[in-house]
Amino acid sequence: MLYGYLPALLEGLVLTLQVSATSLAIACVFGLLGATAKLSGSRVARWTAEVYTTAIRGLPELVLMLLIFYGGQIGLNKLADAQGWGYIDIPPFAAGVLTVGFIFGAYLTETFRGAILAVPKGQAEAGLAFALTPTQVMRRIVLPQMVRHAIPGFANNWLIMIKASALVSLIGLDDMVHRAGLAAATTRAPFTFYMAVALIYLTLTSVSIFVLSRVELRYSLGVRKVQF
Amino acid sequence: MDWQIVIDSLPLYVGGIRTTLVLLAISLGSSFLLAVPLAVARVSPRPWISRPVWLYTYVLRGTPLLVQLFIIYHGLAQFEAVRDSAAWVLLKNAWFCAWLAFTLNSTAYTTEIFAGALKATPVGEIEAARAYGLGGFKLYSRVLLPSALRRALPQYSNEVVGLMHATAIASTVTLVDITRVARDVNATHLLVTESFGVAAVIYFVLTFSLVGIFKWLEHRLLRHLRPQSTTTAAAPARA
Repeated sequence: MLYGYLPALLEGLVLTLQVSATSLAIACVFGLLGATAKLSGSRVARWTAEVYTTAIRGLPELVLMLLIFYGGQIGLNKLADAQGWGYIDIPPFAAGVLTVGFIFGAYLTETFRGAILAVPKGQAEAGLAFALTPTQVMRRIVLPQMVRHAIPGFANNWLIMIKASALVSLIGLDDMVHRAGLAAATTRAPFTFYMAVALIYLTLTSVSIFVLSRVELRYSLGVRKVQF
Repeated sequence: MDWQIVIDSLPLYVGGIRTTLVLLAISLGSSFLLAVPLAVARVSPRPWISRPVWLYTYVLRGTPLLVQLFIIYHGLAQFEAVRDSAAWVLLKNAWFCAWLAFTLNSTAYTTEIFAGALKATPVGEIEAARAYGLGGFKLYSRVLLPSALRRALPQYSNEVVGLMHATAIASTVTLVDITRVARDVNATHLLVTESFGVAAVIYFVLTFSLVGIFKWLEHRLLRHLRPQSTTTAAAPARA
């Protein structure tokens, strides 16, 4: 099947999934940091987060990716020169996931901020009244409840991120799209290979939609639906 | 930062901006024209009309734009029938392929946006229109679409900005847009700020110009949905 290139393509799929999953984890960290910064009392933190989300949303993912990929490498070289560390090469995988994670962290910042605001204030106040520390209130009371509000936005971003992972092939990662290109060049059957990749992506997004709708149901237990 | 390089490459960037904007304009125009009837079909109560549109938007929104563009630009050449057909003149042209891919992709997203706005039409609006004897085409062209398209503006502006950002992908199929110029400048001088930095500033300005235009449009076209200000001008003193 696929001129014997199917295993190679599936290896590329593993990389695509690794990139997506690792980026998601990084994006969640940036997103939570950003949301906390935006809701914090510190003006510096709020402004930093504001600049972060505005800058990211104003630029194409591809340009950001190239900017961070090349710029990060040069910045690191300069730093290494100044410190006398010698040449440090950023592995493409690290560059790819850091970039995608950093970009989608900005989108998740907005999702998480909205979700945290959607948790009634009295919940956190009640926690504080029971002498929980602010960290405990965040971890035990606000975060578990904000998940339900965050899921729709989170699902959306995950779907966009899976698709954006196709772009890492352009900064030299050997993902599914890159492998399809190589296989297409050898076999002269580009349509077959890019179609196969498209089908795999469609399966990924379909499975994600199904799973996330289940998760949403799970976190909405006990929430009454509005009946029209 | 080497300003001389920026100044020298400025004409290239101007050409890149033109490519990006032309690509955006033609793709937006055609996707809008396709999305309006498709959105009407998408909300149709007849499944044999609405299901195919659902499938189209589902597939196009479930796959990466980069792969869609590659299927059209690199993929179709695989078939001799395509290469021998009259359409080959168009299909071997990178501009045409990019336009086709962006149109098909953006149509899927725009259709869903417009369909969502149509579904959110207040029932009273339709009832009032029917009470005035409007039905079929006139119901849509006079009442439903003008109202739904206005309400879709905020989301549509996101799609427009998204498409503008997506045009950066055209740089992968030989089109010399802003991103391609930046990649070329970077390849020549190996200077990131002077290449991608400049491109980032250009995209940033374009994004916020588009956002500004849509803010203005929303201000004008959604006047009827704005909360009425409670501080009305001082009421005329009653004697």
